Amino acid sequence: MAKPKLALYWAASCGGCDVAVLDIEVKILDVAAFFDIVFWPCATDFKYKDVEAMPDKSITLCLFNGSIRNSENEKLAKLLRAKSVVLVAFGSCAQEGCIPALANLTTKEAIFKTVYLDTPSTHNPDKIFPQPVTKVKEGDLEIPVFWEKVKSLDQVVDVDYYIPGCPPQSTQVAAVIEAVIDILKNGKPLPPKGTILGAGDKTCCDECPRTRKEKKVKQFYRLHEILINPDECLLDQGIVCMGPATRSGCGALCVKANVPCRGCYGAPPNVHDQGLKMLSAISSVIDAQEPDEIDKIINTIADPTGTFYRFSMAHSTLKIADL
Amino acid sequence: MVTVKIDEIEVQVQEDTPILKAAEKAGIWIPTMCHSELFEPYGVCRLCSVEVIRGKRSRIVTACNYPVREGLTIQTNSAKIQWIRKIIMELMLSRWPNVKVVKETAEKLGIKESRFPSLERDEAEDACILCGRCVNVCREVVQAEILAFAYRGIKREVVLPFGEQSDKCIVCGACALVCPTGHIKMVIEDYKGKKPEFTLGPKTSIYVPTMQGIPRVPVIDAESCIHFKTGGCETCAKVCEPHAINYDMKEEVVEIDAGQILLTTGYDIFDGSKMAQFGYGMLDNVYSSLEFELMLNSTGPTGGKVQLKNGKAPRAVGILHCIGSRDHEHHPYCSRVCCMYALKFAHLVHDRTEAAIYQFYIDMRAFGKGYEEFYSRLLDEGITMIRGKAAEVVESTWSKNGDGSLLIRCEDTLIGKFREVPVDMVILCNAMEPQKDVDAIRRVFSISKSPDGFFLERHPKLDPTSTMSDGIYIAGCAQGPKDIPDTVAQASSAAAHILSYISKGEVEIDPVRAWIDEKYCSGCRICNSLCPYTAIDFIEDKKISIVNDVLCKGCGTCVAACPASAITGKGFSDAQILAELEGLLEI
Repeated sequence: MAKPKLALYWAASCGGCDVAVLDIEVKILDVAAFFDIVFWPCATDFKYKDVEAMPDKSITLCLFNGSIRNSENEKLAKLLRAKSVVLVAFGSCAQEGCIPALANLTTKEAIFKTVYLDTPSTHNPDKIFPQPVTKVKEGDLEIPVFWEKVKSLDQVVDVDYYIPGCPPQSTQVAAVIEAVIDILKNGKPLPPKGTILGAGDKTCCDECPRTRKEKKVKQFYRLHEILINPDECLLDQGIVCMGPATRSGCGALCVKANVPCRGCYGAPPNVHDQGLKMLSAISSVIDAQEPDEIDKIINTIADPTGTFYRFSMAHSTLKIADL
Repeated sequence: MVTVKIDEIEVQVQEDTPILKAAEKAGIWIPTMCHSELFEPYGVCRLCSVEVIRGKRSRIVTACNYPVREGLTIQTNSAKIQWIRKIIMELMLSRWPNVKVVKETAEKLGIKESRFPSLERDEAEDACILCGRCVNVCREVVQAEILAFAYRGIKREVVLPFGEQSDKCIVCGACALVCPTGHIKMVIEDYKGKKPEFTLGPKTSIYVPTMQGIPRVPVIDAESCIHFKTGGCETCAKVCEPHAINYDMKEEVVEIDAGQILLTTGYDIFDGSKMAQFGYGMLDNVYSSLEFELMLNSTGPTGGKVQLKNGKAPRAVGILHCIGSRDHEHHPYCSRVCCMYALKFAHLVHDRTEAAIYQFYIDMRAFGKGYEEFYSRLLDEGITMIRGKAAEVVESTWSKNGDGSLLIRCEDTLIGKFREVPVDMVILCNAMEPQKDVDAIRRVFSISKSPDGFFLERHPKLDPTSTMSDGIYIAGCAQGPKDIPDTVAQASSAAAHILSYISKGEVEIDPVRAWIDEKYCSGCRICNSLCPYTAIDFIEDKKISIVNDVLCKGCGTCVAACPASAITGKGFSDAQILAELEGLLEI
């Protein structure tokens, strides 16, 4: 029997997800032994045309990381969808937009202006911007088209499963891969479509070792403004921690390191909009009665949109991702 | 016990009793000046000098501090004593000719004038006569030792150490109290501790907080009481005959388990000084309604006598309605009781004085049983009713210093004329307003308030005594301004509500409740402090929160706040609401 085929791809992402796959250590050898890796731009030398040449549904499993920023990302997403039996949105960018999707708070024009004109290290007196097609004497040069907005993978193609995290924790990746191998080897049924793999059903608080009290917040602090008590709930201390509105699964790594949860594991089950939910929760624990005082406390939250929607902007109710 | 003979009267007293006390028992008056029961005899004025005869020898001693012995014969009014008293009084008169207590004592002793000239004549009526009472009370009773004598001879005077104000002075006023001439005066700046409910003058640290309180016993304000500051004083314990003063009592917090609670926290009165145009707090003889009520009270400071600050009876009294109520600057609502108590005031002033009485009203609201009849009766009594809200109260230009003539300016809307009415006493009918701590109380009991600030009832017409919190009832002015019959009716209704539950023994609750899915709750505790009905408990060992079905009212606050969406309003789950919306939008 031929080996099942595995493809990995990175779209608009930092590369951390690819590292997370390698971070499963010796188990990567099991992966290489069980699967036939047919496409992995980060690690192996395959061309897009190799993929195009494959018959449809010939790739058993495709782990797709990164969000959809430009035409190349979108093209590959559609291509891999067609060639794969199971397409997994791997990591926060593919699942819900992640950091790249924060660009949805601004416009393509503004981004280009900043990148190609305004940054102090840029010297561009002729105001030249990248063009999709450039004519040179040898012919036309093409580069991908930069879309107006960033989208998650499932906003472009049909996605079967999700593995959350920025990046997904290696233990969770290893566990998912083991489960996949088990399913394929023993012919077990696949989980229902849309299942979030490699994560829990509770929130980050469930894995957090800190002691929690009834919450009453008089002032919000940024990390450098306060000496953090390592045993007490960060939110109790006035630090905006996304833990309560973030799916469990990471093992509460950040909070154990005295850093508030940033919310990379996405919304818990039943929550439609992670940022909105956290905002609603935070606003409920402000300990003040007078509108002026409430305003004053709220104003101590630094960068609310970036804090509450750091990972979930593409899917948010704010609907900035509309195209 | 020893037997002594004072002016031929035999009297039995304890050995070592001062002669002064023994004489008192025998009914013999001995003049005193420096003496006070509050401290040890001082014996400085020598006015109480008496002649003690033992056998054939006689001695002049001071009665205040000379202890009696068996068989003493004492002469309090012998020729020798009369001569000594005369010299003492004449010396005092020569130096302090106008001091009341000196003149009175001299008169009592039959001394008209002094034969002596004085080098240091002090014409003042409140001159210091160097009796030393203030020094002694400060040293022995207050134990502050702030006052002392300085210099000698005619330069002797009572001073503060080094002539400076001392922080050891606790402003108790004991020195002013014992000063026989009024040389030491208390200037009341502000009350230090918790204020009594209301007052017509300065109060001591021990006072009766509420005239109508049951039991009607005084309390001690530990913040300003000397005893609690220095451990001394205890004057109140000394004078209390039944020995009811107990300094060891402490404030207690008592926890009582109750299934139902009736809130009757009452009202506060509008502070008249917020409307400076009426002169409250600035002009003498401008009273708030409660202060005047206190004056009318037969157990009050004037014994029920209506009088001006100078003690005279008023010649004309103005009663001003709607101070702070029916006023968009302050309270838009009508306080409902003022018209009737204003009429009662008028009736009692009419009854007790000869004063002309003016009522300044917007319109008369005599709506209750027997009220309109009372109004008619008042009109027959000759009260002048002026329709028009008073504009201002000013001191009249012809007012001599302190005679307190006031002028009420207003527009009389019935004759369409501007009027100025001279009076010497003004009574303000202050609005009833919510208690200052209404919001704190509200939060404790999870109830709302209406726009006027009073507690909100469940339904203004059909359920005026219940609140939106089950088991919490309101009655009286805590719910809104009302008179005594209405308060009694509402309180009775609330009591009946409460009794009906007690007799039934069980309560029915609404099925709309919040519910926490253990599968999704991670125990972040965000919902814990939110619940206005304190229905959410945190289970420490399971590290999850749960909703108490009996306490929950299904308001949904926790549902919205739960960051994990682990809380669902039963019957209002997201899926149900979304399905409803879809159904609606399909049409």
